[in-house]
Amino acid sequence: MLKDLSLWPSQASTLSGNVDLLYIFLIVVTGLFTLLVFALVIFFAYKYRQTPDRHATQIEGSNVLEATWTLIPFGIFMIMFVWGAAVYMHSVQPPPNAMEIYVVGKQWMWKLEHPEGVREINTLHVPIGKDVRLTMISQDVIHSFYVPAFRIKQDVLPGRYTTLWFHATKTGHFHLFCAEYCGTLHSGMIGEVVVMEQNEYQDWLAGNANTGTMASSGEKTFNELGCASCHRSDTQGRGPDLAGIFGKPVALDNGSTVTADDNYLRDSILNPGSKVVSGFKPIMPTYNGIVNEEQLLSLVSYIKSLSQPRQQGQPAPAPASVPVHTGRTQAPSAGNTKVK
Amino acid sequence: MSASTTEAVAQHSLQHHFATMEQQRQSTTLGMWIFLVTEIMFFGGLFTAYLVYRTAHPDVWEMGSQHMEFWLGTINTVILLTSSFFVALSVHYAQRGMTKITALLLFLTVLCGIGFLGIKAVEYHNHYKEGTVPGPWWHYNQVENPDGTTRPAPHELQLFFYLYFVMTGLHALHVTIGIVLLALIGLWAWQGKYTAEYHNPVHISGLYWHFVDLVWIFLYPLLYLIANKHA
Amino acid sequence: MATTAVANPVERENYLNTNYGIKSWLLTTDHKRIAILYLISITLMFFIGGFFATLIRLELLTPQGDLMTADTYNKVFSMHGIVMVFFFLIPSIPATLGNFLIPMMIGAKDLAFPRINLLSWYIYIVSACLLIYVIVNGGVDTGWTFYTPFSTTYSNTNVFLAGIAIFINGFSSILTGLNFIVTLHRMRAPGMTWSRLPLFCWSHYATSVIQVLGTPVIAITLALVAIERVWHIGIFDPKVGGDPVLFQHMFWFYSHPAVYIMILPSMAVMSEIITCFSRKRIFGYAFVALASIGIAVIGFLVWAHHMFVAGISAYAALVFSLLSYFVAVPSAIKVFNWTATMYKGNISLRTPMLYALGFIGLFTIGGMTGLFLACLGIDPHVTDTYFVVAHFHFIMVGGAVMAYLGGIHFWWPKMTGRMYSEIWGKVAAFLIFAGFNLTFLPQFILGYAGMPRRYHAYVPEYQVLNVLSTAGASILALGYLLPLIYLLSSLRNGAIAGDNPWAAQGLEWKTSSPPPTFNFEETPVVTWEAYDYEQMPKEVPVVS
Repeated sequence: MLKDLSLWPSQASTLSGNVDLLYIFLIVVTGLFTLLVFALVIFFAYKYRQTPDRHATQIEGSNVLEATWTLIPFGIFMIMFVWGAAVYMHSVQPPPNAMEIYVVGKQWMWKLEHPEGVREINTLHVPIGKDVRLTMISQDVIHSFYVPAFRIKQDVLPGRYTTLWFHATKTGHFHLFCAEYCGTLHSGMIGEVVVMEQNEYQDWLAGNANTGTMASSGEKTFNELGCASCHRSDTQGRGPDLAGIFGKPVALDNGSTVTADDNYLRDSILNPGSKVVSGFKPIMPTYNGIVNEEQLLSLVSYIKSLSQPRQQGQPAPAPASVPVHTGRTQAPSAGNTKVK
Repeated sequence: MSASTTEAVAQHSLQHHFATMEQQRQSTTLGMWIFLVTEIMFFGGLFTAYLVYRTAHPDVWEMGSQHMEFWLGTINTVILLTSSFFVALSVHYAQRGMTKITALLLFLTVLCGIGFLGIKAVEYHNHYKEGTVPGPWWHYNQVENPDGTTRPAPHELQLFFYLYFVMTGLHALHVTIGIVLLALIGLWAWQGKYTAEYHNPVHISGLYWHFVDLVWIFLYPLLYLIANKHA
Repeated sequence: MATTAVANPVERENYLNTNYGIKSWLLTTDHKRIAILYLISITLMFFIGGFFATLIRLELLTPQGDLMTADTYNKVFSMHGIVMVFFFLIPSIPATLGNFLIPMMIGAKDLAFPRINLLSWYIYIVSACLLIYVIVNGGVDTGWTFYTPFSTTYSNTNVFLAGIAIFINGFSSILTGLNFIVTLHRMRAPGMTWSRLPLFCWSHYATSVIQVLGTPVIAITLALVAIERVWHIGIFDPKVGGDPVLFQHMFWFYSHPAVYIMILPSMAVMSEIITCFSRKRIFGYAFVALASIGIAVIGFLVWAHHMFVAGISAYAALVFSLLSYFVAVPSAIKVFNWTATMYKGNISLRTPMLYALGFIGLFTIGGMTGLFLACLGIDPHVTDTYFVVAHFHFIMVGGAVMAYLGGIHFWWPKMTGRMYSEIWGKVAAFLIFAGFNLTFLPQFILGYAGMPRRYHAYVPEYQVLNVLSTAGASILALGYLLPLIYLLSSLRNGAIAGDNPWAAQGLEWKTSSPPPTFNFEETPVVTWEAYDYEQMPKEVPVVS
C-alpha cells in the first residue's frame, strides 16, 4: 500500500511546473494566514482565559484595523487572481500548428483518433516535446478529460467541440481519468497517456496506421453521402465550395458573419437550416442521425485538409469515389490546384 | 356598517401576535411583496432560458412566433388589462367600505380570468391539432419555403414551443390560483368581512393579480410579436 | 458570581408544558414548538445522510469497488449529497435556532406569519417523505447536481420524483426566508433599532434574502428537468438545439448562493457565542453586519466558478474568478473580527465556545482553500477532484455543522430548561474536531494528486490517504452520536438551567428557560446596545 503512495502527481508537461509553483505560493500564503489565525485564537484563549480577577475590556472596534485586514487580503487576492489568470490564459490558447488529436468520449470509454488514421481506446500515444491539441466531443453525456500529470482538464460535451492542449516534457505512462460524473462506470472510464520519444512515436504511428488518414476517410464519407454533388468547386454547386473555408469568416443569409471553425462545420452538417450561407438556398438535408461523431470528425478533418496543400510524408488520400446519387463522375475543375 | 361595528370587525381580525392593526397591515403587505419577488425569480429562470435560446436561434424564434394566433393573444392581453382595472377599482371601493361593489368587481375580474383561460385552451387545442405540442405529440415536421417547396422544420422549433407551453402554462397556473383567491376574497367581501379600516386582504390579493397580469405583458410581445421583417 | 438556579422553573408554565398531546404539537403556531419539530426532523435526515456517508467511506477503504456495485455507490453518494444539502444544511440553523430565537431576540411574541411557519414545516415533511420514498425505491444516481443530459436522458433512476421532492422542499425554504424578512422589518420591540439587533439577526436577514431570491431558480430548473424526464422534450438536449451547459448556469445560480444560506447562519451563531464566552461586545459590529449583507449580494455574482472547465469562454472565466475573490473579503473580515473580539476578553472554554473556536479554525482552512479554487491557474487541475470535496466539507461540516452543534449546546438550556454534561460536551467536541480533520485533510492531498470525485473504485496509489480518511470518519461518527445521547439524557437528568446560565446578553436570556408561550411577560423596551457585556457579570457562571 505504502509503496504506491501518491502525494503529488508527476510534472510531465510545460504547464505542470507553472501550476505547481502557483499552488505552492498559495499554500505558503494561505498557510501563513491560517497559522496566524490559529495562533491568535489559541494565544488569546490562553492569555485571556477566565481568572477571578480578570475583567474583559470592551472594545468597539477600529476602523484602521478593519481597513488593514480588508485591504491587505484584497491585495493578496488580486495577486492570486492575476497570476492565476496568466497561467490560465496560456493554458487555454493552443499554439498555432499544434498537432491535432481527436477525442470522442462515450459511456464509458475514450476513443482517440490520430489524423493519420490510428485509433486508440483509453490509451493516447503522443510524442514528447510537441504541442498537441485535442478536439473533443461526447457521444452521450458530459465527460471530462483529465490528465493530472499535465495539470489539464476540460469537460467533453455532447453537441459541440471543446479543446485542450498540452506539451509533454517527460516520457512515460500517465493517468487519464474521466472527471465529470457520467454514470455507472464513471470510475472505470480511465486510461493512460503514453508519451514517447518523437522517433518512437513516428514508428508507432506507422506501425498502426492501416485505415488511411482521417482526412481520407472523411473524403470517402463526403462522397458516399453525396456531399460532393452540391459542394462543388465550380459554380454549378447548389452548396458553397468548401475549399479553403476552414478558419475563415462566412457571411450568413441573415446578415451576420461567423467563423468556419470545427463547431460551425459540425453544426452545418447536422443542422444545415440554422446557419445558411448568404446567396444559397436552405435546401441542404440534415445528416442528423446518419453520421456519428467519429464520421463528423473525419469530415471536419477532410474539410480542414482542403485548406492546406498536401504535406510531404502524409499518405496520399484515396481516390475520389463516384457519388452514389447522381451517377456523374467528378470532373476535375480547371484552375483548381487541389487534386483529390 | 356603523363605526363601532367596523372597528369590531377590524379588532376581531387582529391576530394575537401583532400589537396593532397597522403592524399587521404593514407586515402582510411586505410579505406579499416579497412573495411576488420570489415569483419574479421563478419566472426569471424561464425568461433566461428564452433569452439564451432566442439569441442562439433568432430565425427559429421568428418562425415560432408566426405560429402564434395574434388575435387570440391580443384579445387575451386586453382581457387581462381590463381585469387589472377591475381589481384596482375593487381596492378603491374597499377603501371606502363599499364591500358589495368590491365583491362585484372581484367577480368581474374572476370572469375575465376564466375568459383568459378559455382562450388559452382554444389556442392550446389548435397547437395540438397543428402538431406543435412538444414531446410525444409533436408532428410538425415540414416548413413551407417562400417558393412553395417544403423543407424539414428546424428541430429548435420544438424548443420554442416547449418554452411557449411551459411559460404560458406556468402563467395559466398562476391565473387559476388568482381566480380562486379573488373568488374567495370576493365572497368574503360580499359577506361583509372587510371594512374601510380593514381590507388589506383585498389589497394584497390585488397585488398578486397585478403581478400575474404583468407577467403576461412580458410574455405577449416575447411570444406573439416577434416581427417578421421578410413577410 | 451567583449561579442562577431558580426553584423548579420547568414546572412553571412554558411553551413545552402549556398543553400536551400530539394535536397541540402538530397544529401549533408557536415558533418555538415549530423549531423543535424541525429539530427532530432534520436530526433524522442528518443521520440518514450520515449513514450514506458511512457507506461511502467504507467502500473507499479499498481501491476496488468491492462493497457495493458501481450503480449502488453512485446512488449512495447522490443521496448523501441531496439529503445533506437540501434536507439538513439548508434548513438546519434557520429552521431550528432561527425559528426559536429570532422573535425572542427582537422582543416579539412570534414570527410575522406563524401559520406560514407551520406550513413551511409541513412542506418540509412532505418533501422529506417523498425523498425517503425515493431512497427506498432505489434513489437517484445523478449526484446532487443533476447535470444534464445524464439526469434528463440517460439515468435510469427516480430523477423525476427526486426533482419534485427538492422542488417542494424549496418552498419550505422560501417561506422561512419570507417570514424572517418581514419579522425583522416589522416585529421589533420598541427601541430595538437595526443597529441594536444581535448579529444573529443580521446574518439571518442576509440568509433570508438569498433564500427568497435564489430558491425559486433551483425550483424552476429542477421542474424543467422533471418535464424533460417525463415528456422527453430537450430543453437541455443538444440534439434539439438545447444546451446542457445552460442547466449548469441555472443550477449554480441558486446552488452557489445556497452555500451562503448554509454558512451565514453559522456565522450568526458565532457572533453570539464568542461574545458571551469572551464577555465582550463584538469587535466591529457594523463591519460584521455589513459583511453579512456583502456576502449575500456578491454571492449571487460568482456562480460560474463551478464551471471553469465546463465549456464557458475564457473571458467569462476571468470575470467569475475576479468576483469570486471579491466574495472572499467579507468572510475574512468576519474571521478577523471574531478573533479580535477574543482580545482582552475574559474567556471561558465551555462546550459552545469549543465549537466556536473549532469553527474559526476549520472555516478559515475551508475558506482559504476556496482561494485555490477561485484561482484559474489551479482550478482546472483540482476541480472535480477530492480537493473540492475537502474544501466544501471543511466549510459545511467543519464550519456549518460545528456552528450548528455549538448553537444547539449554547441554547439548549434556554430551549429545554436543562443543562447537559459539560464533560461529555467537551469530549464530543474534541472527537468531532479530531475526527473531522483526519477525515478531510488527507482529501486535499488526494485531490491535488489527481483522484477524481465520485469514483467508486480508484487507482491503488490513492489508498493510503483514503484509509486515513475513513479512519477519521469513524471517529467523527462517534463524535456525532454522543450529543444525541447526552442531550436527550439531559432532558430527564440534566441540571435545571435557570433563565440565563451563561449570563449572556440578549433578550432571549431575559425570559425564563424554557420560555413561556408568548416569550415575554411584557413586551420589552430596548434601551441598550447589542452585546452590552459591561452590564453583565464578568464571567460565565458554573452551573452545578
